[in-house]
Amino acid sequence: MTTTTAAPLTRKDFAAPIGIRWCPGCGDYSILSTMQGLLPTLGIPKENFVFVSGIGCSSRFPYYMNTYGFHTIHGRAPAVSTGIKLTNPNLQVWVITGDGDALSIGGNHFIHALRRNMDVKIILFNNRIYGLTKGQYSPTSGVGTVSPSTPYGSVDQPLSPISLAIGAEAGFVARTSDNDVKHMGEVFAAAAAYKGAALVEVLQNCVIFADKIHEPYNGRTNRPDTMLYLKHGEPLRYGKELEKGLVLEKMTIKTKVNPTEAETIVHDEKDASGALGFYLSRLSHPEFPVPVGVFRNVERPSYYDAMNAQITSAQAKNPPSLEKLFNSGSTWTVD
Amino acid sequence: MSTDVHDIPINPSEKSHIDVDSVTIRFAGDSGDGMQITGTQFTDASAIFGNDLATMPDYPAEIRAPAGTVAGVSAYQIHFSSQDIKTPGDDLNVLVAMNAAALKANIHDLEEGGILLVDEAGFTDKDLEKAELKSNPLEDGTLDGFRVIKANITELTINAVKETGLKGKAAELCKNFFTLGMMYWLYDRPLTHTLNWLDEKYGVKTKYKDKPEVCESNKKALTAGYNFADTVELFTSHYRVKKAALPKGKYRKISGNEATVFGLLAASQKSGRPLFIGSYPITPASDILHGLSKNKNFGVITFQAEDEIAAIASTIGSAYAGGLGVTTTSGPGVCLKLEAMGLGVMTELPLIIVDVQRGGPSTGLPTKTEQSDLLMVMFGRSGDSPLPVLAARSPGDCFNMAFEAARIALKYMTPVVLLTDGYIANGSEPWLIPDAKTLPELKTNLVTANDEVFQAYARDPITNARKWAVPGTPGLEHRIGGLEKAHNTGMVAYDPESHQLMTNERHAKIAGIANDIPLLEVMGDKDADALVVSWGGTFGTVSTAVEESIKAGLKIAHVHLNYLNPFPRNLGEILNSYERVIVPELNMGQLKMLLGGTFGIPVQSISQVRGKPFKVSYLASELHRILETQK
Repeated sequence: MTTTTAAPLTRKDFAAPIGIRWCPGCGDYSILSTMQGLLPTLGIPKENFVFVSGIGCSSRFPYYMNTYGFHTIHGRAPAVSTGIKLTNPNLQVWVITGDGDALSIGGNHFIHALRRNMDVKIILFNNRIYGLTKGQYSPTSGVGTVSPSTPYGSVDQPLSPISLAIGAEAGFVARTSDNDVKHMGEVFAAAAAYKGAALVEVLQNCVIFADKIHEPYNGRTNRPDTMLYLKHGEPLRYGKELEKGLVLEKMTIKTKVNPTEAETIVHDEKDASGALGFYLSRLSHPEFPVPVGVFRNVERPSYYDAMNAQITSAQAKNPPSLEKLFNSGSTWTVD
Repeated sequence: MSTDVHDIPINPSEKSHIDVDSVTIRFAGDSGDGMQITGTQFTDASAIFGNDLATMPDYPAEIRAPAGTVAGVSAYQIHFSSQDIKTPGDDLNVLVAMNAAALKANIHDLEEGGILLVDEAGFTDKDLEKAELKSNPLEDGTLDGFRVIKANITELTINAVKETGLKGKAAELCKNFFTLGMMYWLYDRPLTHTLNWLDEKYGVKTKYKDKPEVCESNKKALTAGYNFADTVELFTSHYRVKKAALPKGKYRKISGNEATVFGLLAASQKSGRPLFIGSYPITPASDILHGLSKNKNFGVITFQAEDEIAAIASTIGSAYAGGLGVTTTSGPGVCLKLEAMGLGVMTELPLIIVDVQRGGPSTGLPTKTEQSDLLMVMFGRSGDSPLPVLAARSPGDCFNMAFEAARIALKYMTPVVLLTDGYIANGSEPWLIPDAKTLPELKTNLVTANDEVFQAYARDPITNARKWAVPGTPGLEHRIGGLEKAHNTGMVAYDPESHQLMTNERHAKIAGIANDIPLLEVMGDKDADALVVSWGGTFGTVSTAVEESIKAGLKIAHVHLNYLNPFPRNLGEILNSYERVIVPELNMGQLKMLLGGTFGIPVQSISQVRGKPFKVSYLASELHRILETQK
């Protein structure tokens, strides 16, 4: 065992000595900064962090972190991270991905990493556009998005990463916003603390191809009325004076001004069914405030633990021996 | 008076023994008839008896195709001999056909005058209709050239197992053991092995423990079949195939997929690296995933991925984190993995891609064999993307080549492709059990921090391998990825010089492996004018055909390639010392193209894509045709 007497880690320890090549004003900068601020607080040795990404603007992220990092291929980061985590469970593995990378080309891996409860933290930068390939619409772009590949407007329906993640049985699902650094730090910290697969959607601004795409709900001035901060055990209220709330009428969520305490829905991120989290993930602008915070946070059995239990039990019963393996089954001797 | 069918006749009736060197039998029936079990049991009994042998299962892609149809026929072929043999045999000496469809699908492979054993119960009008036969071959004279032995095996079986209480369909299902008993009599094999096997299969600790009557019935059917053959004048004599003069030692039977499992487990133990297998089920490779999943006591991390891409991506992740990463698949799966293989090449990580080749493009022939993925694994990636390609030559050789693939991957920090094929993967042969202690330790490029500045792509001066700095190692934090890199530092670099230099380095690293693999040895008639070059799973048939052709008077030399990239370094010299080069392969001429392109020589092709291995007789006649008629 080695003991370290080195000075505690700081934000600077996590900044890679390399020039950052995101566009000036890109929302990625604040996410990078938040992450670099969070890691020193986790009490994990620097060498035990791994950042894995796919392809896209967001996927350059690992190059800017002075940790182990792997910039893989389009959409496959959840699968690569699975191999890393299963091989060395002591690592804290973060996947950095975007709406195209995770939900389009990598949709299958995204679903299954969450379903299996691989202990990796997936940060999905959702700017509702393809940036690196110069502005095509993405699986989260709204219908009618005009882009180089959809000059007459896109015709396909977008999906919600949060709904998808809950549908894929994810145990930890959250959303935050690139322009709300404090909230982002809290959400990242909660994801880091969660044992299992965690998804965090970050509403991220692409200053070049989809500037201000989230502004209608996450704009600094309007957001008290257009976003709802989820807090476990607290009523679902929003508005400058928290004067508005979400109420349930029969099976339908409605907004209401000055609801009574009794009729306001109380957030429960531990709801085992995931039904409340899923319902909240369906709320979208402008009919509803856009919820941010933790939608779901429930314990699930970890893939690694279950797999390791099988290995440990097999080894206890039958210690590995090539000799024994080779000589198993019917054998005969030629003299 | 009833006789206990368990009494194995101590003094079998006095029928003569005829000694033969080699016999090829094929058991054919409906896919629910248990032909694979029958064949495997006969094989085990022959192996334990001391014959050399080679086997080949042939089963349909459908799990249960409509019963009684040709599509649903499942077969198992065994060639056993008192001589050294390398193939499962060409023409059949014996065909066992449990129904009309099995007869129709296989009769063309039975030699003239060969023994045909049929279950008459499988030739009803309905069976003939399902097999799309207009008349009954048992009656219409089409079988006149064969020694046909008809018995109502189904009825005999039902009677034999009556006293156990088993009835109807369940009783009928024992007919494969009745047939096996008859074949044991014909070839003078003891029943002991199969009786013990049944006891074990239905033993108290198994999932079948509640079915003692099934165990008892199968045993009775087996013994009854043996006694029936002994009593009834169906056969005029027994045949005896003496023990083969195999090298001394302890043996077991092994299939190619089993041998691959053993080789990978051995490589993990000898390198001290945890074995990670990320795979997606695919025929005919799934048995490797199954085999490794059974051996969790070796600490194997088995991961059944959501698709072929995730399978290799997770394998790359494991290799990055310090595991011995393996992904196993067949051709259609390789198609999906090619992009990730390129990432493995770019990031120079040690992993193994096992491709158990099957037939055809697209879904093709899932359960049949072919060698048509060679050019895909060589070149099927974007950019210049070299990686080592190895190919096993026989079921047992899969052990050696899987171990060798790991050695090269770990020593040179590169993805390695191991090509096997459906034929050697499912076929089996006796395997001289190696002494695990004498297997070499496998070295890796693992590093820990030292005072030097760490450079992720600094290379070993001899192997050109980069260091393996795995996450969790303090002080060596670094980033890698699919983008082109700068020399030594591994930092992202798009400049022309870096790309040229790194391409050269990747190329030189793989080419240099030629210095670390065995030289080729020429077999056959070294002084001949013509050279046959084979590769991979055709070794057995090609070498047998060459030996037979030499005996018949042809002058031919033979080399066999286990290494397709890089080629052994004396290949060029060997090729240049022969006037003619002939390449037999189960594709439309892929090695031919590689040899022609690499060495600038004319190459003649013997090409076949029938989903089956070559027949020795076909190869021999082709060699004869080429050498005698095209002078």
